[in-house]
Amino acid sequence: MTSRPHGGRLINRVVSGRRRELLLEEAKELTKITLNRDWATDLVNIAGGVFSPLEGFMVQEELMGVLYDMRLPSDLPWTIPIVLDVSPEEISGVEEGDDVALVSESGLILGLLHVEEIYGYDKKEFAERVFKTRDANHPGVARTYAMKELLVGGKIDLLNEPENKFYKYTLYPAETRVLFREKGWRTIVGFQTRNAPHLGHEYIQKTALAFVDGLFINPLIGKKKKGDFKDEVILAAYEALIKNYYPKNSVVMAILRTWMRYAGPREAIFHAIIRKNFGCTHFIVGRDHAGVGNYYGPYEAQEIFSEFPDLGITPLFFREFFYCKKCGGIVNERICPHSQEYRIVFSGTKIREMLMRGERPPDYMMRPEVADVILKWDNPFVE
Amino acid sequence: MPVDEEVSEKKLSRRKFTTVSIPITLYNRIKNLIQGTGFTSVSDYVTYVLREVVAMHEAERSEEPFTPEDVERIKEKLRALGYLD
Repeated sequence: MTSRPHGGRLINRVVSGRRRELLLEEAKELTKITLNRDWATDLVNIAGGVFSPLEGFMVQEELMGVLYDMRLPSDLPWTIPIVLDVSPEEISGVEEGDDVALVSESGLILGLLHVEEIYGYDKKEFAERVFKTRDANHPGVARTYAMKELLVGGKIDLLNEPENKFYKYTLYPAETRVLFREKGWRTIVGFQTRNAPHLGHEYIQKTALAFVDGLFINPLIGKKKKGDFKDEVILAAYEALIKNYYPKNSVVMAILRTWMRYAGPREAIFHAIIRKNFGCTHFIVGRDHAGVGNYYGPYEAQEIFSEFPDLGITPLFFREFFYCKKCGGIVNERICPHSQEYRIVFSGTKIREMLMRGERPPDYMMRPEVADVILKWDNPFVE
Repeated sequence: MPVDEEVSEKKLSRRKFTTVSIPITLYNRIKNLIQGTGFTSVSDYVTYVLREVVAMHEAERSEEPFTPEDVERIKEKLRALGYLD
């Protein structure tokens, strides 16, 4: 049996059939709020159950619970605000109880928001709680400070999916759950990534896979920092790895359409909840999960799990893997007794630099099949 | 139940609290047990333990969320995308 959805049931607010047609017609007459690409993915994730038990953008009571207690009003763990910001002008004339249409940047009606509450918030307090800093150099804080003045909360309905160039890799939690069951997997470990795989990643995944039935590789597809691998490169690189180095029927890869908050420990809990909804029983948390710069301790994202005995998914904590010349293989500090002089750390920066120069990283860092796939791109990195 | 020891931990919280009675003997055992741990109060410890137990019982009550029709429809999509043979 896969894990129970967070809150006990998968949310489904995707409207279809005749009702969808009627609501689309109604939406044309409503006040419209434009969602950028990231907010549109939040809408899709709420509707499709990825963010279960959320049924909409947070109202104030939910936001306050998340900011101060890392829990929803139902007492369920939840660490990242899922909110929709609006300007007074955008929401002018709209009252609580009204419906508004949510549209994409290209004008496509994506869904409806049933407005329950329009409220103000303190951006500095928001940033301090979520990111543990008010420093505007932190990308999540900067983003918070750039948000509009008001938040609007309420349940949503999804009427149209935003454009998705990775449809082939897109699965909702209901679908992954059926897939895992069809494969006969009872225990599944989820792996969050926003990178093309090097051997350090592979060893973490395979170590975890040794103890469970299946591995769910779930790359995060969405807005990233300059210098990160492009989404299509990550997917192609993983395809090469899975094809050449994983046993058949041991891995499923599907994307997670969302954006990095860079909230470190809080985001690690959020990522675990998402994978629980996809049906995972375990979740890998490595070094500096969802971190940025030096805002969080290297293992702070692991330590926070001790505050959530009721999370409903088992975290698997890993120390960093490295290549040890003396051991002659990939190990980590828990199993290798040798000193630093023998260790070659998997430096993402170093690997990127080699790939940018058109060089294949050494075999003990990156599989040649993976490197070759990446090197086919003129520029595999976000500009 | 000494209330003052709870004040500091509740100061930042926006949650509402209520009182549950437990035997004083148990209270004292827990108070001794949590010395030198990360728990800052008996209430803190009891909340932690209860959440763990409640989540375990809730998980046991998990229900199959799909109808047979849902499953067939999903399997069809999974085949079309190449996830199932």
